[in-house]
Amino acid sequence: MNAINIDPHAVEKCHRLATKVADDLGNMIECRTTDSIERSVLRLLGVEGACSLDIPLVNHVVDHVKERGSLSHGVATWVGRAMHDTGLDAQKIAEAVSRGELDLTKTSESSASVAAELIEKQARQRLRELGRAIAERRSWRAEIGEGTAPLAYVLTATGNVHEDIRHVGAVARAGGDIIALIRSTAQSLLDYVPEGLTTEGYGGTYATQANFRALRAATDEFARQRGSYLQLSSFSSGLCMPEIAVMGVIEGLDNMVNDAMYGILYRDINMTRTLIDQNFSRTVSGHFGIVINTGEDNFLRTVDPMDGAPSVVCSQFINYHLAKRSGMTPNLVAVGNAFEIDPSVPNSLLYEWSHALLTRQLFPECPVKYMPPTKHMNGDGYRTHAADTLFNLVSVATGQAIQTIGVPSEGTYTPHIQDRVIALGGSSYVRTAARDLSRELTFRPDGIIVTRARTVLQQAVEELERVAAEGLESAIERGAFGGVRRKRSEGRGLDGVHLKHKDYFNPFESLLREGAAV
Amino acid sequence: MSTIRAGLVRPYADHTDDGIVQLSFTLPVQDSARATRAAIELCRCIGMVNPDIAHQQALVDGYTYFVIYARCVEGVEIPEQDEAGEFDYMSRQQVDDLLAGLGRPVRVIGAGTGTDTHSLGIDAMLNLKGFHGEPGLEAYKSFDVINLGSQVPNERLLALAVERDADAILVSQTVSQQNLHVQNLTQLVDMVEAEGLRDRLLLVCGGPRISPELARELGFDQGFSTGTYPNHLASYLATEIMRRRGTP
Repeated sequence: MNAINIDPHAVEKCHRLATKVADDLGNMIECRTTDSIERSVLRLLGVEGACSLDIPLVNHVVDHVKERGSLSHGVATWVGRAMHDTGLDAQKIAEAVSRGELDLTKTSESSASVAAELIEKQARQRLRELGRAIAERRSWRAEIGEGTAPLAYVLTATGNVHEDIRHVGAVARAGGDIIALIRSTAQSLLDYVPEGLTTEGYGGTYATQANFRALRAATDEFARQRGSYLQLSSFSSGLCMPEIAVMGVIEGLDNMVNDAMYGILYRDINMTRTLIDQNFSRTVSGHFGIVINTGEDNFLRTVDPMDGAPSVVCSQFINYHLAKRSGMTPNLVAVGNAFEIDPSVPNSLLYEWSHALLTRQLFPECPVKYMPPTKHMNGDGYRTHAADTLFNLVSVATGQAIQTIGVPSEGTYTPHIQDRVIALGGSSYVRTAARDLSRELTFRPDGIIVTRARTVLQQAVEELERVAAEGLESAIERGAFGGVRRKRSEGRGLDGVHLKHKDYFNPFESLLREGAAV
Repeated sequence: MSTIRAGLVRPYADHTDDGIVQLSFTLPVQDSARATRAAIELCRCIGMVNPDIAHQQALVDGYTYFVIYARCVEGVEIPEQDEAGEFDYMSRQQVDDLLAGLGRPVRVIGAGTGTDTHSLGIDAMLNLKGFHGEPGLEAYKSFDVINLGSQVPNERLLALAVERDADAILVSQTVSQQNLHVQNLTQLVDMVEAEGLRDRLLLVCGGPRISPELARELGFDQGFSTGTYPNHLASYLATEIMRRRGTP
């Protein structure tokens, strides 16, 4: 990789400051739980399905305990006792609760320690089973092989899972590497995960367990047909962030978009809620070796990238250290970046090159994810395709690990079936044509690219100093990211945050950190 | 080549009246000679003759993509000037000068409504920075601008418009699917009418799929499509507000 000479002290300082930000936040996070984390515990214990009114059983149980003011002990406490008392498994207990036949808080307290042991045994058993399935998938993936970096990440968003599968077939044939099931718009604001196969979503298809299963079966089938693995991704985000992480594990997804900042800034989700949710979801993904993509690219749609680039670097460092604190290893943390500079800016390509190279060099162990131009794409598909070609060139030449494919219909329609094939044709051409370009290039030490990278890094250090001094939450309140201000007392989902009781019990918190499943 | 009646127009590619258009579409048919014939037949049915298949590609089993050049046999009359849809555009200075007669700034509130996350349309029109060198309404002395960004529920937009006593509501609809933009727009008009505010508020929408005709059909005062610059919007707002006030 062609390196630019950046100040190692500045990099070291960024890591130190971001560690402080993550540690300060960690203290707030670790003494709290959320409705969604507790529902995730139930999902991890094997609870699935919904009642006849389509309310998920996990919501029934958590609401039941919450209404009785007992959620601060952790739902596992109550389910464990009920298991001990009744001899039923978690699923049967959840069903009984949903029918109003069982009050979990009226279980025998004397058996608390035995109940905890019982749950812990169950939890270990479940993690072993899930880990085994993922390990089998990994060995099949290694056997069948997959594409080389930058992996082409392609979105499907028809709103109908059956149509999505047709589109996935076209992507598989055209050489896509990762399929991302885009969720219906505003699913992130639902405080439950819908059930069943989606046939009429808008702007995407609900992330449901049934949709994950259907897409997973389809991607595996297309992978067998073409003889190389096809990854599946979705969105572990919104109010059900940790539950979707668990559903992803259960259905064998490989990759998840996961960034609290997106929900805070662009969906007005309460920051406390989603930062706590993010921590547990990352612990889950980290244990099972699922790659997460962070969403710094989004900032560049709401602030000018020439001004916002340092905030991207700042957030990349914070996300990296938050993920690490949650138990993830760097090879699973795909920090985000994007090609969003106004094309009318002279030398915009050089600045893009500089930003992309900087990210790549700051996070050498991370599978960095790079996003295509969207903000200035105006519906003229030829112009967008030209911009995407430069984006593809920078992706290859700077060694990005994952690149979302830019489509010509950007800014007008969710992609039509041919749009992704046209886009993949373009990226495949550039990938082949410029394969070893990065090894051929060195940069003038006083040139535009190197100077810009140094400036951005220096400004990122200054921004991280501010954020480390005030804390991440205050920084968000100040509008440090994406130019959007959010208050910690506002936003959706705050009523789902609970201080942990001193006897709080969640067996997965420690078990998931005991070592990776794969 | 057939010529058409004087006064009619049809597409121009290389020579006057050649009628050549480019079509691209996917047919849910396995890539085959039958698929090719189906594509040619489709062209004929929509009045496109001499189809030249420039590109044909299997996307996945059962789906074939085509790029076709063909000649359009139909011609149309150029529509009469649409008085309500066209007006003389003014510069920023001219708009500010005209609105100086109002004695107070014009209060506009803008948002992308519904769940689409794109804010580029509303940002291009309202933000100081504007679009292609043409500054947005924030740069005008004569406008007081609130830009709520994207994903704004109609309820919130309308509530704020009432609270701030807005003169105009500007709605942007960028990416749409299955005509969701029409639903978002119709709902806003219904709500404004239900609140009895229709006469007090100038309702304007914009986006790649919006035309002045569609906008008025949905109950808006005006609609703007791709190619609109902030001064176009400003000219319309200034002219219309002064007209309603009875000032020529």
